[in-house]
Amino acid sequence: MSGLDIRQKAWSAALIVLFFIAWELFCVMTGMSDLVLPRPSQVFVTLFERFPVLWPHIIQTLATTMFGFVLGVALGVALGAFIGVSKTAYDTAYPLLIGFSSIPKVAVVPIFVLWFGSGTVPAVLTALSICFFPIVVNIATGLATTEPELEDVLKALGASKFDILWNVGLPRTMPFFFASLKVAISYAFVGAVLSETVASNRGIGNVMMTASSNFNVPLVFAGLFVLAGLGVALYVVFSLIEGQVTGWATRKNDVIAT
Amino acid sequence: MRVLISLVALIRGKIALASGLHALFAVMRMQANSEFSGAPVPSGNAPIAIELSDASVTFGRGARAVPALSTTTLRISEGEFVALVGPSGCGKSTILRLVSGLVQPTTGVVIVGGREVAARAMRVGMAFQNPTMLPWMTIERNIMLPLKIVEPFRSQFRKLRKTEFRDKANALLEQVGLKGFGGRFPWQLSGGMLQRANLCRALIHEPRLLLLDEPFGALDQFTREELWSILQGLWMTHKPTVLLVTHDLREAGFLASRICVMSARPGRILDDSHVSFARPRTVAMTFESDFVALNQKLRAMIVDARSATQEGAA
Repeated sequence: MSGLDIRQKAWSAALIVLFFIAWELFCVMTGMSDLVLPRPSQVFVTLFERFPVLWPHIIQTLATTMFGFVLGVALGVALGAFIGVSKTAYDTAYPLLIGFSSIPKVAVVPIFVLWFGSGTVPAVLTALSICFFPIVVNIATGLATTEPELEDVLKALGASKFDILWNVGLPRTMPFFFASLKVAISYAFVGAVLSETVASNRGIGNVMMTASSNFNVPLVFAGLFVLAGLGVALYVVFSLIEGQVTGWATRKNDVIAT
Repeated sequence: MRVLISLVALIRGKIALASGLHALFAVMRMQANSEFSGAPVPSGNAPIAIELSDASVTFGRGARAVPALSTTTLRISEGEFVALVGPSGCGKSTILRLVSGLVQPTTGVVIVGGREVAARAMRVGMAFQNPTMLPWMTIERNIMLPLKIVEPFRSQFRKLRKTEFRDKANALLEQVGLKGFGGRFPWQLSGGMLQRANLCRALIHEPRLLLLDEPFGALDQFTREELWSILQGLWMTHKPTVLLVTHDLREAGFLASRICVMSARPGRILDDSHVSFARPRTVAMTFESDFVALNQKLRAMIVDARSATQEGAA
């Protein structure tokens, strides 16, 4: 890491802090009611004071999200591999997938509730249904970009479709896959919280819903901060894993840069 | 709207008819083939490695059919090094794809190693202009990729022989002047080095047949000449049958023991001549009068073939 790099990072951090300070000053100077927009300091205090109450809900939302995410990844990889390999599957499934992904998921939650009752199950399913789409698309794209020459070399060796998929296709999709994981984990959060807001008595979504009907706006914002924090944390985790697993895809740029 | 629908129906009908006819032809072809495969292999001094009997290839069907290769008969003995030269788009690569089983002949038969070709049974070594090394593997592991696919290596790969295979890969790397580069990643190597690794990957499973499609086309003149010598060395030690497609007549003259000149699309073989310069050949030899004369002869034939099509097109 060069000095320039560190200075850049310090700048970014300073600007983020500055954003919160500006927000605080804005609220103080305009005499804004905390029923409309609470001050960040207020939000942090609420977060700290109510943390023991919030904690089980955080765990609930996190668990729901991760469960939905893992299922979504499994489904997404299987479907993406299928679509990427078979032309017929591609032509059939793609319109269906695009159709499904265009449906606002808030419209689907009541159906899940109808089927499975309110609570954890619809939240997991909503997380799944919202997060698997980017994974399918990326896996399918990765598989479709295998060089035709290499495929010929392997076919001439007598390789089966599965051999090519296993040795070339799937490893090649890894950078696409990890890029999609970062997007998918954020989506999974949105899905889980959405469902909790509509139909659950646990989870951050539910806490925020209850708090807003009690006009406890600082607590609503505390919930938002928790969600944002969790989202950033998971994004970072997947970025780190991505760097470890698919370094080969970005290393080339590093060499050119130095 | 109604006109459109009836038009679509009409086209569908035509397609159905065409595919029906195609199926019929396929059956006829199969019968013809079974007669052929019973015939004895013509005797020569060396066993026949590749035999194309009246093979032709047409891509597409009906009005959109594109003839890629006219009826061609070609026999190549084991251990021969044959270069295919000709104007671009003349079906040279199609012959390679026929021999490797990637394309089935529209008419005629292709026999390789005494058997009719089928993609799953071929196990030939192939190399193209694009080295297509997998970026997430080291060069050594890239070269060992065919061993993961071809029997009998495939079933031995996980068990005892992995170190043995690694030694084998490194021995090949040493032979092409890449000793010590096995642990590097493809992006750390130059174009010429990658192409050497590509040759190693094509040879690692000891194929009896090596198919090269303009392997040195993207390299500079000096690297190319260097690789000619390396390929000559590999051929002289491993003695596979080689079929090389190239645009470079000096390359053909330097490497091949036999050169086939092809006409413009749809290709057929215009000239088939042996090259008898002593081996190992050197780059200096390519500037001697005999070699230059051969070069000029080949060049004249290709120029003629090209102008013939241009007149035909005009």
